[in-house]
Amino acid sequence: MSEEKQSKINLNRTDMPKQSPEMRRHNFNEVALGYTEELAMQEARRCLQCKKPSCVTGCPVEIDIPHFISYIVKGDFAGGIKKIKEKNCLPAVCGRVCPQESQCESKCVLVKKGGEIAIGRLERFLADWEAAQGKIDLPEKPKPTGKKVAVVGSGPAGITVAGDLILLGHEVTIFEALHKAGGVLTYGIPEFRLPKSIVAREVEYVKMLGVKVITDFVVGKTRSVDELLKEFDAVFIGTGAGLPWFMNIPGENLNGVYSANEYLTRMNLMQGYQFPSSKTPVKKHRRVGVIGGGNVAMDSARTALRRGAEEVRIIYRRSHAELPARKEESENAEEEGVIFNMLTLPIRYIGDENGWLKAIECLKMELGEPDASGRRRPVEIPNSNFTIELDAAVVAIGNSPNPLVPSTTPGLETKKNGTLIADIETGKTTKDRVWAGGDIVTGAATVILAMGAGRKAARSIHEYLSNL
Amino acid sequence: MSRIVKRESIVPNMHLLVVEAPEIATKIQPGQFVIVRAEEEGERIPLSIADWDTDEGTITIIFMEVGSSTRALASLTGGDTLPTCVGPLGNPTAIDQYGTVLCVAGCYGIGSIYPVARKLKEMGNTVVSVFEARSSYLLYWSSKFVPLSEKIFNITRDGSLGMKGHINRLPDIIHGLPKMPDRIIVNGCTYLMARTSEITKEMGIPTIVNLNPIMIDGTGMCGVCRVTVKDQMKFACVDGPEFNGHEVDWKEFLSRRKAYLEEEVLFFRKSEPRSAIHEEGKCHS
Repeated sequence: MSEEKQSKINLNRTDMPKQSPEMRRHNFNEVALGYTEELAMQEARRCLQCKKPSCVTGCPVEIDIPHFISYIVKGDFAGGIKKIKEKNCLPAVCGRVCPQESQCESKCVLVKKGGEIAIGRLERFLADWEAAQGKIDLPEKPKPTGKKVAVVGSGPAGITVAGDLILLGHEVTIFEALHKAGGVLTYGIPEFRLPKSIVAREVEYVKMLGVKVITDFVVGKTRSVDELLKEFDAVFIGTGAGLPWFMNIPGENLNGVYSANEYLTRMNLMQGYQFPSSKTPVKKHRRVGVIGGGNVAMDSARTALRRGAEEVRIIYRRSHAELPARKEESENAEEEGVIFNMLTLPIRYIGDENGWLKAIECLKMELGEPDASGRRRPVEIPNSNFTIELDAAVVAIGNSPNPLVPSTTPGLETKKNGTLIADIETGKTTKDRVWAGGDIVTGAATVILAMGAGRKAARSIHEYLSNL
Repeated sequence: MSRIVKRESIVPNMHLLVVEAPEIATKIQPGQFVIVRAEEEGERIPLSIADWDTDEGTITIIFMEVGSSTRALASLTGGDTLPTCVGPLGNPTAIDQYGTVLCVAGCYGIGSIYPVARKLKEMGNTVVSVFEARSSYLLYWSSKFVPLSEKIFNITRDGSLGMKGHINRLPDIIHGLPKMPDRIIVNGCTYLMARTSEITKEMGIPTIVNLNPIMIDGTGMCGVCRVTVKDQMKFACVDGPEFNGHEVDWKEFLSRRKAYLEEEVLFFRKSEPRSAIHEEGKCHS
């Protein structure tokens, strides 16, 4: 790079407007407000339009990033969104919840200088711009192949598979166990981080493409995978990581102790934050402790604040540096007033005489030698016990794959940890005509990784169907 | 969406609901349940299945009006639709050739134990039915049990039919049988299941209960239905709903069942007497 060119490089990432912490901790509206057209163009102009763009290598679905950014520079937003949609059918979702800082943006050549392009914000801008236009460009209807595919689960993996295969002319039906489609996007991620109207819009889009979505249908119970295989040429399983872990410590079944799945499902899917006008009851808690340090823990803590809790804390056994949550999310939580109790290990829940949680007993930890994950292992400090008063605890320490489909499908093999065995490149399982992808294969991971797996599986399914 | 064929009140506070659900009707087995929503903003509630008709593609549910969600359900009628009716969920009742099986039921459980008794009989077991209610006018479906049962015992609190008292009279019934039953299956209120299990534990008779905890998804995802069985955490929706009654931590289970009682009251906005709300075990007091 010549010196002259280098001097022109603008390293100032354009900030995205946000609701102030004081305001947003009292409402469920989206925290980040998105770029205006001007801000988006300002940010897009910083892109160096690399000949060999390394950002693309950081994207699990290989979006042509410099290309879509070049459309924004020109003010051709319709062209930009079209470019993204060639590779990603859920841009409004990914622009919000993808961990860009460890994917595309981490590969940007400007990252070393601290000025990587805000790719996620630009993606979100285009998706929101399109939605605001009120009309959505549908791609041309492909010639029907007459082949039928069943997709089990309507989360990010399932929607991607369905979206890809319908565009190739196959007939696609999604089966969803809950009453609303979207999987974790609907029941898990809260409104203030991913508005449900956006998820509904994305689901509506694949429906408009011709995908049939059947809700309230539990594959493995209502019908087995083997039964689906009688009607469909191929089956994709994207049932996610929906079996919550508990710590197996005393008092976990006290009232007031929730899995994060329960807590968030009550709030999101069942719209508990509108109780009592929505009918699923939720408690009003004063002091809430969230166990865990991932995005789900941050979502739970921030939800509790918004429900009016006076004191919300994250209880995590490692230190701040090891928090698995996105930095943006833990920072947001901190700004909003969530207390962080780091190096703290819960060992017992203490209940009152009526079976309700009243406190949690913890141990102080210190960091020792690195463990298998490369992070320093937390070690208990003897006799450091202390208690924290709580009237609710949300256990957000992770999920196992949901066993409903594996346990009812002979021939579908799993690993010891319950994940389905599937080829990493094709998503092919150990059962003929059955593919899988997303958290059911990888264990709990990210939305975009699930979409990447869905994309690969769709390719493999298409190849199989084309040779029938 | 599932169309309601009919809904009728069969005894005070107890309703029979027939729903078009052909997929479920071909799959359902005794002991399983469905999750329904009565209205679009409604709560998801698990309900046991009392009968089904594979040819007609319908399922029959007997439910008790106990709170706001079941009240909303009770306000529906033939031709209305349920936004959600999903299933069949949970594991079927284990049914084998046991010999003599005592089917103990109360409340909605009289309905849900009916297909269990039918299958037990088909498998060649001798079925003895025991029904328990506050008064004779709360008992239903007795005639359906006649062809299935070797004998039917009724226990009513006011003595209006059968033995006077409550489930504590169970030992009298058991001791009056020609031989000890080989197995006892109990469906109904938590109090009925807990008390029966207590009694039969002392007597050493294997006892199976069909638990009815709070649920949301019914597929193992949320974990609200967790119950301690033999000191281990189980999810009633996927590990159950049937468990060995002698191994269930009943105190904890009862406490978890009552978790949202205050919110139920909030619903009724204090405009109605507290007695409008069904409190666990109170129908047994």
